[in-house]
Amino acid sequence: MDRELMFWALAVAQTLAFITAAPLLAGWVQRVKCHLQNRAAPSLWQPYRDLAKLFGKNMVVAHNASWLFRATPYIVFGAMVLACTVVPLAVVQVPTAAIADVIVLVGFFSLARFFTALAGLDIGTAFGGMGASREMMVAALAEPAMLMVVFTFSMTAHTTNLSVATGYILQQGLLLRPSFLFALLALAMVAVAEASRIPVDNPTTHLELTMLHEAMILEYGGRHLALIEWASQIKLMIYAVLLIDFSFPWGIANELSAPALATGVVAAAAKLMLIGVVLVVWETVMAKMRLFRVPQFLGFAFMLAVLGMLTHVMLEGGN
Amino acid sequence: MDFAHLGLFNQAIILFAALALLTSFLMLAQARMLPLIFTFAWQGFLLATTTVLVAVVTGHADLYVSALLTFTLKVLIIPWLLYRLSVRLEMQYNAEEIAHPTLLLIGGVVLVIFSYFVAKSIIHLSGLATRNIIAVSIAIELLGMLLMCVRKSAVAQVIGFMSMESGIFFAASVSAYGMPLIVELGVAFDILVASILFGVFFFHLRDSFGSLDVGQYNHLSEANETDTPDDRTNAPAQARTPATGGHA
Repeated sequence: MDRELMFWALAVAQTLAFITAAPLLAGWVQRVKCHLQNRAAPSLWQPYRDLAKLFGKNMVVAHNASWLFRATPYIVFGAMVLACTVVPLAVVQVPTAAIADVIVLVGFFSLARFFTALAGLDIGTAFGGMGASREMMVAALAEPAMLMVVFTFSMTAHTTNLSVATGYILQQGLLLRPSFLFALLALAMVAVAEASRIPVDNPTTHLELTMLHEAMILEYGGRHLALIEWASQIKLMIYAVLLIDFSFPWGIANELSAPALATGVVAAAAKLMLIGVVLVVWETVMAKMRLFRVPQFLGFAFMLAVLGMLTHVMLEGGN
Repeated sequence: MDFAHLGLFNQAIILFAALALLTSFLMLAQARMLPLIFTFAWQGFLLATTTVLVAVVTGHADLYVSALLTFTLKVLIIPWLLYRLSVRLEMQYNAEEIAHPTLLLIGGVVLVIFSYFVAKSIIHLSGLATRNIIAVSIAIELLGMLLMCVRKSAVAQVIGFMSMESGIFFAASVSAYGMPLIVELGVAFDILVASILFGVFFFHLRDSFGSLDVGQYNHLSEANETDTPDDRTNAPAQARTPATGGHA
């Protein structure tokens, strides 16, 4: 019984770690990017300062904004918090993963996106509508690919529970599974699109014609904006952790002991830093693509995911 | 068959075969000429590596020769010939318009599923360690054929043809551990001669039609002269005189 309680406590602690560490990952990515581009880098804690500044500001809300506009930041942030409760970060056994499996995780993302798009339309500005329609186009293409990736992994692990699936990969050891390779590539492409990174979207730009995600949240300010920014940092981190859990989960704590937990935390931090560096290199060598090239990019991701599933059936004996 | 119980070499065979299948898809999606040629060379490299691994696992020494043939032809000579041709035809930076890229990739996936169903009966009968890869080799052949069907550029069609041939070679080495050596040598020599002949044809095609886009070969040269005046400016005297000979 105590053991059970401990795991629940760990799950809560892990979720808190997720929420607090997400701006740090964003700061790390920003810092590495600045170094790579020979610019003076901001401190690692800059995203926290930005969030604190935004939380301290007064809000200006348009006169014609409905309750939807005010509720959306809380819904988005809440969906992301719920999403990160089910992803194993430093400990494999997450009891909360039994509540919501990986398909529900995709559902959380689309819930957040649905409300962001509605809020973008709510004010009735041109940019909000444009951003909403673009975001929904990207989402409609990315979501099938994401689900195919999820199905490929769950066909191998015989479960959609993320905690059990990670445990299965951990226990199988390092295998040269082509299906995993394809699914991981597809997942990385989807993650790039969903976390609004280059080449699909540029998170730092406020150039009106190129922005996707930023266009929807242009009307937000103060506390609301802080919550939305924080939520998108958490989303980036969730995708990074998903990539780690499916590709190289070794080091993650599999038992309840202090050394295992310490290794788990250190390994998670190291792998996240590595993924941050890979992301930065990728963003530096890629140019942002035209909006109408995005369907081709995500179509390729979908094809990769389907190919992953096919190779699982064809080459790996389907079990 | 449980994947987790296979040896490292058997796992590597499957991984490299799957990667070769991926390069077929990359070629379908690749519109630019030089990356297309390089992707073709990578496919040859992956197929040669897989053949070597099959030789290591099964102990068939013939397969080393087959792998060496694949390597010299598909990785070194043919890509080099195609590269030199595209440089001399000044089309190495060309990118052709692919009509429906996503639809094309989904069509490729359908072909993979089809080849799996075709190969399924063989898989049940065969006891070879590499029996699961037969479907991949058939898929590489069919994808090469798809590349030939959808591309308008003659060079891309030749790459599709060569990729089909790689698929057939690969099918032989995974389904029967290689053809008789004399057959392999003969086919390899044929391919070499074919690639040189293709080069000669490219120059003739360009001289008589002014383009390597096979979509344009449907138009009569007289119709071209009246409809599109810019064709005349591109290829002045050549477009008229030998074109009649080409059609006859």
